[in-house]
Amino acid sequence: MTLGINSSSVVAILGSNGSGKSTFVKACLGLAPIYKGTVSIFGTEFSHFKDRDRLGYVPQRIHDAMGIPATVSEVVESGRLSHGWLRRFTQEDKEKISHAIEVVGLKDRENDSINTLSGGQYQRTLIARALASEPDLLFLDEPTAGVDLATQNVFAEALKHLVQGGTTVVLVSHELGPLRPLIDRVIMFREGRVSFDGSPDAEAVDSHIFHDHPHSSSKPAEGWEIS
Amino acid sequence: MIFEFLEPAFMQRALLAALVVGLCAPLVGIFLVQRRLSLMGDGLGHIALTGVALGFLLQTNPVATAVIVASIGAIVVEIIRAYGKTSGDVALAVLFYGGIAGGVLLIGLSSKKSNVNLLSYLFGSLTTVSKFDIALIVALAVVIFFATLLLKKSLFALCHDSEFAQVSGIPVKLLSMLLAVMTAVTVTIAMRVVGLLLVSALMIIPVATAQQISKSFSGTRILSAAIGSFGAVSGVITSFYFDLAPGALIVVIVIFLFISSIGFSSYTRRRSLRLQVR
Repeated sequence: MTLGINSSSVVAILGSNGSGKSTFVKACLGLAPIYKGTVSIFGTEFSHFKDRDRLGYVPQRIHDAMGIPATVSEVVESGRLSHGWLRRFTQEDKEKISHAIEVVGLKDRENDSINTLSGGQYQRTLIARALASEPDLLFLDEPTAGVDLATQNVFAEALKHLVQGGTTVVLVSHELGPLRPLIDRVIMFREGRVSFDGSPDAEAVDSHIFHDHPHSSSKPAEGWEIS
Repeated sequence: MIFEFLEPAFMQRALLAALVVGLCAPLVGIFLVQRRLSLMGDGLGHIALTGVALGFLLQTNPVATAVIVASIGAIVVEIIRAYGKTSGDVALAVLFYGGIAGGVLLIGLSSKKSNVNLLSYLFGSLTTVSKFDIALIVALAVVIFFATLLLKKSLFALCHDSEFAQVSGIPVKLLSMLLAVMTAVTVTIAMRVVGLLLVSALMIIPVATAQQISKSFSGTRILSAAIGSFGAVSGVITSFYFDLAPGALIVVIVIFLFISSIGFSSYTRRRSLRLQVR
């Protein structure tokens, strides 16, 4: 497959579990091995791409509450390391970190341990971590999976700010939900191939959401994987 | 006199070694706990035994050879972890037991030349720390202290979410390797204080204690270093008066603090719950 993504657009990648959408994002970010083909980012082949501060990533939620305690701002700080991992933080870094936490609405939890957060709040922390680096291209892997509607709305609001600032967003999802008005283009994956590529208003998108989405039916059909 | 334990020169050296090792061991250990590699210190301690034995065989300083052999072992462990994920667990076990077996064999070979006491390395023997040993221990501890300070944000990012760290452009393989080598160095400087068999305790238990009480990473870091150095120094002082093995005493003290911290944290948690209900 060949896919090009233009700057300043919002692209949603849809598909059922196991369709290869997460693998696609990981391959784009150099996290999954590529056996054949190339990935170019901002016109540079990925292995030569050095401006990592232009790249943002929100992984699928990994919330383990048993680890060493860390506060929300300590986790968000990691997002600034893409601007240089050995330097000391400046006033500017601290402002960006604080701003990112504010955007996702966690200002009052800033100094609380992530172990005390709900799933949705932890997801917002991970989004803030990606926002702190002020990326030009942001990849989000299932940002709204298992997250309450309030968080989805906060997230849609944060995304709108980013897009207005010219950021390109690629998000992997099961459903569009409150993000729908922001999305310019939908790419659907099925069994590792692109099965649809076009406008979010196309009929195919609705039928995908209606038929393929595990949460939309109370009883999943045979052969479906729900993780 | 209250401070009579400070009079003998061997006690001054023992206390200094205990202080710097107690301070540094948790500073490295915190990243191991966060990365779920708590037993890494134990494994590298096994490998360090080969280094100690090699030092006896070559009739040089065993601490120096142990630092070198354990560091090489750490690099091999990291390479196995990074490239051979499926059988990594077994490969590590082979390496660790190979370390002990190699150590015992090499000591067997060297026993004709010198009268060595394996037990003093397995369980620590602070009172026999020489001037060269203490200089080496302090110098390496200073390096570890500043390295963990300089790298604390990057190492935190790596241990919290290594994929995110990789996307951010942090050299994750290099840093993992560095963390493994720092672990190896810490293990070897701590072996004179608590012994190779108990080394991991000083790296892990103060961290486990601090994380019961603190709610931030930097808080846990500072508190665990304080607990580690308090445990190490108080263990050495107590052993002076009661003529007990300092290494074992240090570990018993930090375990006691750990159990107390569990009690403390469950009490405060219950209390805050009760306040919320009211």
